[in-house]
Amino acid sequence: MSERVLALDPIACRAHGLCAEELPEAIVLDEWGYPILPTGPLPAQWVRRAKSAAAACPVLALRVQTRR
Amino acid sequence: MTALTEPRRATDDTNRAPNPLATDRLLPIRPAYGWIDHLSRLGPLRPITTKKLGRSLNDAGLLGRGGAGFPTGRKVLAVAAAVAGTRLPAVVVANCCEGDPTSYKDQVLISRSPHLVIDGAVAAAAAVGADRIVLAAHENSAAHRILAAAVAERPGAAQVIDVVGLPHRYIASEATALVRFLNSGDARPAGKLLPIWERGVDGRPTLVDNAETLAQLALIARFGPDWFAAIGTAAEPGTTLVSIGGAVPRPGVVEVPHGAPLRDVLACAGAAPTGWALVGGLAGRWVDLSGTAVVGYSTAQLAAAGATRGVGSMIVLPAGGCVLAETARILHYQANAGARQCGPCMFGLPAIAADMTALRAGNRGALDRLRRRLPVINGRGACSHPDGAVALAASALSALTTQQPGHLRQHLTGGGCHAPAPVVPLGAA
Repeated sequence: MSERVLALDPIACRAHGLCAEELPEAIVLDEWGYPILPTGPLPAQWVRRAKSAAAACPVLALRVQTRR
Repeated sequence: MTALTEPRRATDDTNRAPNPLATDRLLPIRPAYGWIDHLSRLGPLRPITTKKLGRSLNDAGLLGRGGAGFPTGRKVLAVAAAVAGTRLPAVVVANCCEGDPTSYKDQVLISRSPHLVIDGAVAAAAAVGADRIVLAAHENSAAHRILAAAVAERPGAAQVIDVVGLPHRYIASEATALVRFLNSGDARPAGKLLPIWERGVDGRPTLVDNAETLAQLALIARFGPDWFAAIGTAAEPGTTLVSIGGAVPRPGVVEVPHGAPLRDVLACAGAAPTGWALVGGLAGRWVDLSGTAVVGYSTAQLAAAGATRGVGSMIVLPAGGCVLAETARILHYQANAGARQCGPCMFGLPAIAADMTALRAGNRGALDRLRRRLPVINGRGACSHPDGAVALAASALSALTTQQPGHLRQHLTGGGCHAPAPVVPLGAA
């Protein structure tokens, strides 16, 4: 069964913080504004908004990856 | 191979401190700098198949000696599999940079046995199917000159061998930074999203191994895992290089069998197992030597004792040396040495460096800030540079709070400390 995970390119990330607005239960920002992602597979009920969070990133640093 | 199995003879080089643990493998008692001497010491290097080299490395239990300690056999087989999958010839990169300023074992190895390091790259290249070898050293360094001269005197090989100079920056020799530099001239870590063993230099499968790792590989390719395992421990056969510095009578690089007690390793530098030492490099751990005198020098035994092999260095503090002061200084260095690409590193390391400096000055709140910040920063960069700084800071906090509470109290009550000048060497960031 495939599962979804959030993956961040930390080099690309510029701390816009929009991802945390889309999925506040799972993504929190550190004191400098950079996202701290949940580890492990995303629960099904978060997947749609995780994709919105990825789409909201102005520098495309966040992705929802499918892991088998 | 005879020279290697002969009983150890008295040292004929009076300038060298006698090393009771001398094994005559990587740092031969009679050095063989030149190609002819090298061949007469070790004999020719015969080509070895991927399968045989992979199995020999796995049987020999060889772990990478650059700091990360990844199993070399697995890395070689992964590159060979990528070559089979992509049908592209691989590139072998010998990382001869040694960016950590506490470590100079690879410089000594390259000075004494340059051809052994190159042999390792050639053997690995033949086994994984590489047509290009890059020997990467800091530009204008002694290692760069020695490697260039060594390549020039070797007969032509099946691979093109280039000697490439890297900028003198700490982070430039991180494996993905090295590959990125070779591709684009930008020596900053590229992150883990593209695995370099599949797509590295020129988009080809790339094997990046440290100089000592390749020298050990060259010996295993020649003489096999059984010969390799004749000394060392069952779990970690063979020998390793250790850079010993700081407040010791005879600082230097020694080759010791795995499992040699720390007491004996320190004795090679004329030091006794007392006081505190930074073990493993700038991303290492603080170790109370009097409590670890009988711990064996190996990846597993050091880890079990709360230390780490890291880059294979030990810096001994003088009597009264201050772990807090040294750590604050190292963290500032690490903060400056970062590539300034990832937020948690770019902002987090200066923050914890400032916290450690504040703690040294007696700021009680800094202790809580460090405890809160360290886990937040850990694991969130494209490379492991921030993780190393976090591990060092955590080790210092643990030493101060559990083993040196009296000394920490002295700092917190404004009594300060009267430690001698710091000894951990820090080069240019």
